[in-house]
Amino acid sequence: MTAASPPQVLRAPLVVEFPFTRSLGPVQSAFLTGLRERVVLGVRTGDGRVMVPPVEYDPVTAEEIRELVEVAPAGTVTTWAWNGDPRPQQPLATPFAWVLVRLDGADTAILHALDAPGPDAVRTGMRVRIRWAADRTGAITDIACFEPEARGAREPDARPAAPHDGAFADPVTGIVAEARLDYTYSPGRAQSAYINALAERRTVGERCPSCHKVYVPPRGACPTCGVATTDRVEVGPAGTVTTYCVVNIKARNAMSDGIEVPYVYAHIALDGADLALHGRIGGIPYDQVRMGLRVEPVWTDGGRYPDHYRPTGEPDADYDAYKELI
Amino acid sequence: MPRTSRYARDVAVVAFAQSDHLRRTDELSEVEMVMPVLHEVLAATGLKAGEIGFTCSGSSDYLAGRAFSFTMTLDGVGAWPPISESHVEMDGAWALYEAWVKIQTGEADTALVYSYGKSSPGSVRDVLTRQLDPYYLAPLWPDSVALAALQARALIDAGETDEAALAGVAARSRAAAEGNPHAQLRGAVPQGEYQVAPLRTGDCPPIGDGAAAVVLAAGDTARRLCERPAWITGIDHRIEAHGLGLRDLTDSPSTRLAAERAGLFEAPVDTAELHAPFSSQEVVLRKALGLGPGDGDGVAVNPSGGALAANPVMAAGLIRIGEAAARIHRGASDRAVAHATSGPCLQQNLVAVLEGDRA
Ligand SMILES: [Zn+2]
Repeated sequence: MTAASPPQVLRAPLVVEFPFTRSLGPVQSAFLTGLRERVVLGVRTGDGRVMVPPVEYDPVTAEEIRELVEVAPAGTVTTWAWNGDPRPQQPLATPFAWVLVRLDGADTAILHALDAPGPDAVRTGMRVRIRWAADRTGAITDIACFEPEARGAREPDARPAAPHDGAFADPVTGIVAEARLDYTYSPGRAQSAYINALAERRTVGERCPSCHKVYVPPRGACPTCGVATTDRVEVGPAGTVTTYCVVNIKARNAMSDGIEVPYVYAHIALDGADLALHGRIGGIPYDQVRMGLRVEPVWTDGGRYPDHYRPTGEPDADYDAYKELI
Repeated sequence: MPRTSRYARDVAVVAFAQSDHLRRTDELSEVEMVMPVLHEVLAATGLKAGEIGFTCSGSSDYLAGRAFSFTMTLDGVGAWPPISESHVEMDGAWALYEAWVKIQTGEADTALVYSYGKSSPGSVRDVLTRQLDPYYLAPLWPDSVALAALQARALIDAGETDEAALAGVAARSRAAAEGNPHAQLRGAVPQGEYQVAPLRTGDCPPIGDGAAAVVLAAGDTARRLCERPAWITGIDHRIEAHGLGLRDLTDSPSTRLAAERAGLFEAPVDTAELHAPFSSQEVVLRKALGLGPGDGDGVAVNPSGGALAANPVMAAGLIRIGEAAARIHRGASDRAVAHATSGPCLQQNLVAVLEGDRA
């Protein structure tokens, strides 16, 4: 909790992870498979320039380019930046230089990390060489990093890039692009109040000062009027089923594990609310649930929101009483 | 009338508003952050939400850490009954471009454009790596400061700047921001330690949350809503090759081309609002836009303080257009250029030329 956060505002860790599976075209497949085999491939453009890493289309003419060539695993730094405090997922855990390297035989530069003892050991124009990763899978990280080329190593290779057919046994045809981002989520004032009230088994919404509708859960704004909703209103606990569906397929997640199908999932307009919220209906056979059914929340021990809603036993609500909320 | 007219319709920025830009805004949901700005910009024109012909917003789900995050802020524009609306997953300057096109087609006479970003919930340096090429770059997690630092080194090696000159850019920006009550960093700010050398803390933008909005209007509607409309006499956006190693990082040919197509070079400007989150990027943009290397050439460069004083990601580019327009509204400028960028090392660039009616 920072000094700027009023104590009632909630905060919680939020982790977003998404492993995108991406297919590779012929050029990227050859390049990444080549890295697995310690071969660096580029592609030659219509005007004879060699691009490493290779692209499938000429960035100037948009012409499709497929002519693969092999370049050297060593080259020259074209620009660099010293990273004194590496971030968790970067290539090296110790301070390193980010570098753009023009490999011998290439006309463009590749971005990677350079393992060097300190910024004084790095300069534009220095000679560097690929350090291969021990375990290579066909990914840019098959290059573990670059390292300074030993003193007395040969000068830049003047030979042109050599033609290469790009054919390898067991080519890599796709990559999984992993990503994990960590956030600290805060739902803001209105939703914090809603969640805090639920902890006391109360449901609060907010009223629009203009159209006087009560929104549950509140998001802090009236979507019709576009103004802030600040007038807090307690609603429920009972409500009316405005519409529903019968769920016949069991969901595979922890929340649904104990719930047998078929069951009913419903829109429920809590008394005093002008927006229906979602909830599961229990305590009544699924085929006896109906629009207008009066229900109340059922809390389980330690539950932070109602586990489900069950019939109150009251007579059904008149259609006219809830038709605006469907 | 605007001095030059290259388009079917004359379209102007008629109002601009922005939030105070803050390091964090935990107590506000995104719609709560956006709403006061929307109300302010509408109040300035006297328009009601339901009278707007088209609404377009810019934001990023990756900043919010949640899919379709823009739908939440739609509550702030009174989206019911249904409105004509669109969204770009990019800086609001590109949302403005879409709105401008909509008005050019004749389908709307007015447009509300807004954008916002909360960088505080996540680590914006890491989040922005997810916009990079997923095959060759993203797996290495090169963060936005690292990529800008590669560009800065290239400029220093080329003799176009040095660390002292970059510190000068940073100091001038924060000094200019003294007059901007919305800015996050104002006045003397220490250059600090290297973040990724050669860039120091002072060369980098503050991380913060904020929002901005403008109203666009066509022809006579613009004249009715605003005493001195800021006519968009040219607007264009261009992109560089994806691979950083394919580009000359010391130059920005896409900015230059967009400026040419927007008619920037046809007459002098008195104001330039440049979206340069890093001090080194101002060096590149000044060259591309022909603004000369420093003060004393008669052009006020980033009199708002620019992105070095406040950089709400997704809104900072729209704010450049808004700040330039606001100077025209109040008579402090007759012809201004506004620039917005997106992507690493000035990958994508939008240039707008704004002009006020002459007496
Ligand atoms: Zn309302």
